[in-house]
Amino acid sequence: MTAQVNGARASTSQSGGGWRLRLSDFSDRHRSTTVIAGMALTGLLLPLVVLLPPFNGFSNQNVWLDGFTIAGIYVLLALGLNIVVGLSGLLDLGYAAFFAIGSYTFAFAASSFTGLNFPFWPMLLVGAITAAIFGILLGAPTLRLRGDYLAIVTLGFGEIVPIVILNSSKYTEGPNGIGGINPPELAGFVFPTVGNPWPFYIMMLALITICMILIYRLQDSRLGRSWMAIREDELAAAANGVNTVTTKLLAFALGASTAGLAGVFASSKLTLVSPNLFRFDVSFTVLAMVVLGGMGNIWGVAIGAFIVFLTQTVILKQLNVFFGNLGVPFLSDIDFLQYQFLLYGIALVAMMLLRPEGLFPSRRRRRELHTEEDVEFGEHGDPLGESPE
Amino acid sequence: MTTTTIPASSGFGESVRRLRIGPYLFVVALGLIVFVAIGPQQFVNALTIGAIYALIAIGYTMVYGIIELINFAHGDVFMVGAFASMFVLTSVLGQEPNSSADSAPQAVFLIVTTFLIVMPVMGLLGVAIERFAYRPLRNAPRLAPLITAIGISFILQNIIQIIFGPSPVNTPQVIPPTAKIQIGDVSIGVVNIFVISVSVGLMIVLQLFVSRTRLGRAMRSTAQDREAAQLMGVDINRTIALTFFIGSALAGAAGIVQGFYFGAITFNLGFQAGLKAFTAAVLGGIGNIAGAALGGFIIGFVEVTAAAYGLFVWGQALVFAVLIIVLVFRPSGLLGQQLGERA
Repeated sequence: MTAQVNGARASTSQSGGGWRLRLSDFSDRHRSTTVIAGMALTGLLLPLVVLLPPFNGFSNQNVWLDGFTIAGIYVLLALGLNIVVGLSGLLDLGYAAFFAIGSYTFAFAASSFTGLNFPFWPMLLVGAITAAIFGILLGAPTLRLRGDYLAIVTLGFGEIVPIVILNSSKYTEGPNGIGGINPPELAGFVFPTVGNPWPFYIMMLALITICMILIYRLQDSRLGRSWMAIREDELAAAANGVNTVTTKLLAFALGASTAGLAGVFASSKLTLVSPNLFRFDVSFTVLAMVVLGGMGNIWGVAIGAFIVFLTQTVILKQLNVFFGNLGVPFLSDIDFLQYQFLLYGIALVAMMLLRPEGLFPSRRRRRELHTEEDVEFGEHGDPLGESPE
Repeated sequence: MTTTTIPASSGFGESVRRLRIGPYLFVVALGLIVFVAIGPQQFVNALTIGAIYALIAIGYTMVYGIIELINFAHGDVFMVGAFASMFVLTSVLGQEPNSSADSAPQAVFLIVTTFLIVMPVMGLLGVAIERFAYRPLRNAPRLAPLITAIGISFILQNIIQIIFGPSPVNTPQVIPPTAKIQIGDVSIGVVNIFVISVSVGLMIVLQLFVSRTRLGRAMRSTAQDREAAQLMGVDINRTIALTFFIGSALAGAAGIVQGFYFGAITFNLGFQAGLKAFTAAVLGGIGNIAGAALGGFIIGFVEVTAAAYGLFVWGQALVFAVLIIVLVFRPSGLLGQQLGERA
């Protein structure tokens, strides 16, 4: 382990320069501080950047911050899916189902529909735990088998959950969804759902920060190393004493619980849940975020999610406006939003074929995915960096 | 599959086990129960739908058998097949949507032409998908081809959606839905008989191809042990491409009969059908062609029975429940080998 990290650092210093070495050294030793500092910086810069042209031309700061808050939900989802897909190498194609479970948990617990008013903060945990329970129920029979079965079972689960919600109108209001969900309240202060976007924005930043720290800690723990061992070679991991079923189940449940948490947040932010918020499109989008960002790399996945979300909500729309204004007959007729999922599909295939480690790869993942062809032999010594420094 | 020495006792149970006809008996018994429960009319519908699922399931099971990949794009190849058939019938052969053939010879001509065009084209689509999305990743971590598969699935869906729009598209029903054959007091649609016989016929041809021909033997050996097959002079790449060709062509055939039978198709048709067909493949024992066919019919029974009892909207959920139950209690399926947790 140590040898590997040192080896990688040594090669960074040759290509990068002193400050990069020191920065990565610092962030390796003070993960939590780095995450907090990074998120605080992002949180401060984003509201300022949107005041500058051309961003201020699209919409005002409040609308932007609202958008960022929604983007944050996707960042949370991507972080959670990254545990399953990126760290453990299991394919979960029904991730939106857990998001739905979290959302509906809070919708049942605190809305005018049921008349219950459970407080928001403990419900964050309850939503996460509920989603995790469903994850365990689904994962327990499936994870004993080959990994591929998980993909198809989660695909089915993701399809079933909206159907069940849609068809049990007695309990879920069916396609109309549940409205009038309570916003969070902190020491008497009720979070405004319209008008002032700051409270939700700050809370989103805090949630992401906490989740990132927790996931980094998990990744560095014994459990995280077991996940990566399973991802790289399940048989070898089992031979080395990793209980593969329990470990995979934990990854799956923790991934689900992150989605549950995001669901509770989303339902209180939107004050409305309806089954069509949780279609397969959502699972697919989040998967695209994780793959694009770089499976296994926590920062990469968060940035990937943010970029994909912005592409979806801002860039494609602006392309429509731009070409609409330009008045080129052919281009202005194209609705770029229509091509969104086609683009994701192409992106997934292209990434897997050309750059499977993602746009922002984690070092380990990159090494793993380029085992045969182009790991640098030669001047940096052997590819695993085990040469003495 | 392990042929342990079977004691020479001559009980009925013993002969069932030796001939491995237990699963078939199970399906026949299930069919009888369903027949009694929903009546002959609905039973024929169940067989028809089951035949379509069986055709799709065969593609899943063949691909899984040979390269151990869940080909998520397969359901969408089926969907593209349905649209291709619609396109051929309307634009090439000049039929109106929702129209039927005027005479029997014309119907035969239209059907044969559609099959002859659509099946090879879908086969080539399958080969192209394999060539560009799966073959480069054959030695990559397992996750990679699964992700490209789901990506291809989305690409196919969205291309069709962009071309033909998001709402259901009417297709020509070459065999008039009103044409019925009266047997006793039950009238069976000609189209039902057509769908069932085409599917069963294709399955028999496939079974003969796989078990009797040289190429079929190459496929079976590749599925059993790719390296060993290669050492014996089997062209692995060609064999895998052939598997994709056959599986996708059958999905194309399923797409054609889907259009004939239902008269309307949508771009997201392949997603649910694919899920059900995959369940059928698992139910029958993944990798086993006869198993996929059996599984397809079982899924048809489950779905139509649910619909007959007013649970149409829950059909999908029931099929999913079947998938989970099979995975818990008999992951090897009806006819499959013991799969277990192979890395």
